[in-house]
Amino acid sequence: MSSALAGLLQLLALIAALALAYRPLGDYMARVYSSDKHLRVEKWIYKAIGANPDAEMRWTAYLRGVLAFSAVGVLFLFGLQRLQGSLPGSLGFKSIDPDQAFNTAASFVSNTNWQSYYGEQAMGHVVQTGGLAVQNFVSAAVGIAVAVALVRGFARSRTGELGNFWADLVRGTVRILIPLSIIGAIILVACGVIQNFSGIHEVGQFMGGHQQWNGGAVASQEVIKELGTNGGGYFNANSAHPFENPNAFSNLFEIFLILLIPFSLTRTFGRMVGSVKQGYAILATMAGIWLAFIGLMMWTEFAGHGPAFQLAGGAMEGKETRFGIAGSAIFSVSTTLTSTGAVNSFHSSNTGFGGGIDMLGMQLGEIAPGGVGSGLYGMLIMAIIAVFIAGLMVGRTPEYLGKKIGTREIKFAACYILVTPALVLGFTAAAMALSTPAHSMTNSGAHGFSEILYAYTSAGNNNGSAFAGLNADTQWFNTTTGLAMLLGRFLPMVFVLALAGSLAEQKPIPASAGTLRTEKPLFTGLLIGTILIITGLTYFPALALGPLAEGLAS
Amino acid sequence: MNTSLGSTARLLGAALRALLVLTVVTGVLYPLAITGVAQGLFSHQANGSEIKDADGKVVGSSLIGQTYNLPLKKGEQTPSPDLKWFQPRPSNGLGANSVNTQYRLILSGATNRSGEDGAEHDPKTGKAYCPAKPAEGTLCAQVMDAEAAVVKDNSVPGYKVDAAQIPPDAVTSSGSGLDPHISPEYAELQVHRVAERNGIPVSEVEHLVSAHTEGRTLGFLGEPRVNVLELNLALKELTG
Repeated sequence: MSSALAGLLQLLALIAALALAYRPLGDYMARVYSSDKHLRVEKWIYKAIGANPDAEMRWTAYLRGVLAFSAVGVLFLFGLQRLQGSLPGSLGFKSIDPDQAFNTAASFVSNTNWQSYYGEQAMGHVVQTGGLAVQNFVSAAVGIAVAVALVRGFARSRTGELGNFWADLVRGTVRILIPLSIIGAIILVACGVIQNFSGIHEVGQFMGGHQQWNGGAVASQEVIKELGTNGGGYFNANSAHPFENPNAFSNLFEIFLILLIPFSLTRTFGRMVGSVKQGYAILATMAGIWLAFIGLMMWTEFAGHGPAFQLAGGAMEGKETRFGIAGSAIFSVSTTLTSTGAVNSFHSSNTGFGGGIDMLGMQLGEIAPGGVGSGLYGMLIMAIIAVFIAGLMVGRTPEYLGKKIGTREIKFAACYILVTPALVLGFTAAAMALSTPAHSMTNSGAHGFSEILYAYTSAGNNNGSAFAGLNADTQWFNTTTGLAMLLGRFLPMVFVLALAGSLAEQKPIPASAGTLRTEKPLFTGLLIGTILIITGLTYFPALALGPLAEGLAS
Repeated sequence: MNTSLGSTARLLGAALRALLVLTVVTGVLYPLAITGVAQGLFSHQANGSEIKDADGKVVGSSLIGQTYNLPLKKGEQTPSPDLKWFQPRPSNGLGANSVNTQYRLILSGATNRSGEDGAEHDPKTGKAYCPAKPAEGTLCAQVMDAEAAVVKDNSVPGYKVDAAQIPPDAVTSSGSGLDPHISPEYAELQVHRVAERNGIPVSEVEHLVSAHTEGRTLGFLGEPRVNVLELNLALKELTG
């Protein structure tokens, strides 16, 4: 069997697994966020928080909850890293410098998991397991909560109420993320992912002498790293490290975990707005883009464009033998089209076009299928823009899911789509204009520019993967990427929740003959076109200077 | 003003309590429970899939690649490979511990070099190509040096290696730098050399390689591969 055919079969197996999980998980999540019953353990948690989970919140109160919880998360994680040197269970690792501690705290709270540190030589058990992995859970739960609040905005009428943030946060963690993580972690351990607290210890070698291993609670962190579309590796090599991703099955399983919740949330959305077909239209848009990107990535990676790869006979630089090119290409596209950023091959050593596909995936706003929660709300914003454009064409007030898209709504949506490009392109321009940031590049020329564009694309879109050739542990990069991550996460959330509040206040308008049928394939086509045109116009000039210039020359 | 300050403080207090409770659940109870189950049911895997030689001595992990080099000679910068043993992929991206110097940890990592690193552009067509003498350290140079070394090391009397038959994994570094596998093609290419250096028939070494070649999992997952440590262990047993 050829590698390409085997790759195709892997893709089909992955799609089959996702399809099997889609309905049960999507329906389950809809029940989780609609139920008025509380589990006993949840009641204890609400008591400890001192919050009434049944109190409805308007969008401002919901937003205050999101921001307060995240601000406390940043401060706590910052403090934990600054104190690492004095905490027990830190394996003798020193406290992290302030700029790097800020960057890492911003990174994990914003669900980005950009890493300017080397996992195995910087972070001990306490920070990894008690700090970073905790944010892997709760930042994912926050993302889903905000998406659910927006869906409630569509589903509810004549009220400003969007649900209770504390209840959504706790339910997402307790009823969705933890149960799935327990199952996934045990499967990963069975594959060979390590799970121990033996710290750094010596192991014999074939040729004599010893090698030092860093043990740790890797499986329990690996699973939520993928499931919560976080992406921060326990080890520097992330999911390319054999202790994080030991074989071809674990590789496909990890890709499955990355895509599981983002795709299934479209079912949850359909259920909650009372029409699963609306969910299918969104799903079709996400899946269409995802498949097209995988096709393009497979084509360029199997062709091995690039002089050094031609010389080597294939683009295996930065790739593991056990995954091969197909297993690396599917992972690479799935991690950049969600907000994950975990890598099982090194994107800087992808072909020029391959690196461009990774970047474009993030620049689309990570909505195909996107991060947990953030993918759904990002895609719904694009749907509003698409409905608006269609409305302009026929000269009628646009509506979506029975809600008018008026001036207020379109302003919030427009602000949302402007935030990330402004951050990405602004910071990239500043880094290129100044003299010192460029010293961090490993490669020169077009690829060097790509390293910096990739870094801010990754940070602003909360992805976290890197063209790791860039030495990002400098004060400039730690500070600016940290800011890009925080602003790129929480400013869009402000607009999403404001929009949700505005929608929830409206009274529903019945569908008429002139209503755009947003559950039909025509709308899916319109939506894909809108996404590509808006992103293309925004990022094309920058992409032309980096990956396109490189790809056309090789 | 006072009421809004007070409500902000109450909100932050609630947020802090929420974070602490969830830290206990997801950062303490959950990882401990997983560790318990993992150690109970899969203790071999959970502790790093250690592998032992015929004498029962631990010689590494079946998941982590190793080097099979001769001891560093005087004046040598990098050790030379011990050609008696099957050789792994290059690992030019591996780093050494630099922050916490009380350990000699190996840092996993890739070279992060791009496909046009070290390339020059044809002035007429604009196409990029690797020049005959690329700048040192670039990917073009790394691949070229590795190819030359593979040809030189593996060409033995009666068996001449041609650069065109070298598989890509033999001349590129993996993502982790710890890749435990090589492709069956690269193992095959080393058979004649290993047989000669160990003074055993080629057919026996060939048999060893085919016995240690793993196909794709379930027939379609991943790529065919050979675990270098397991292969070398079997070779050691064969040669005594």
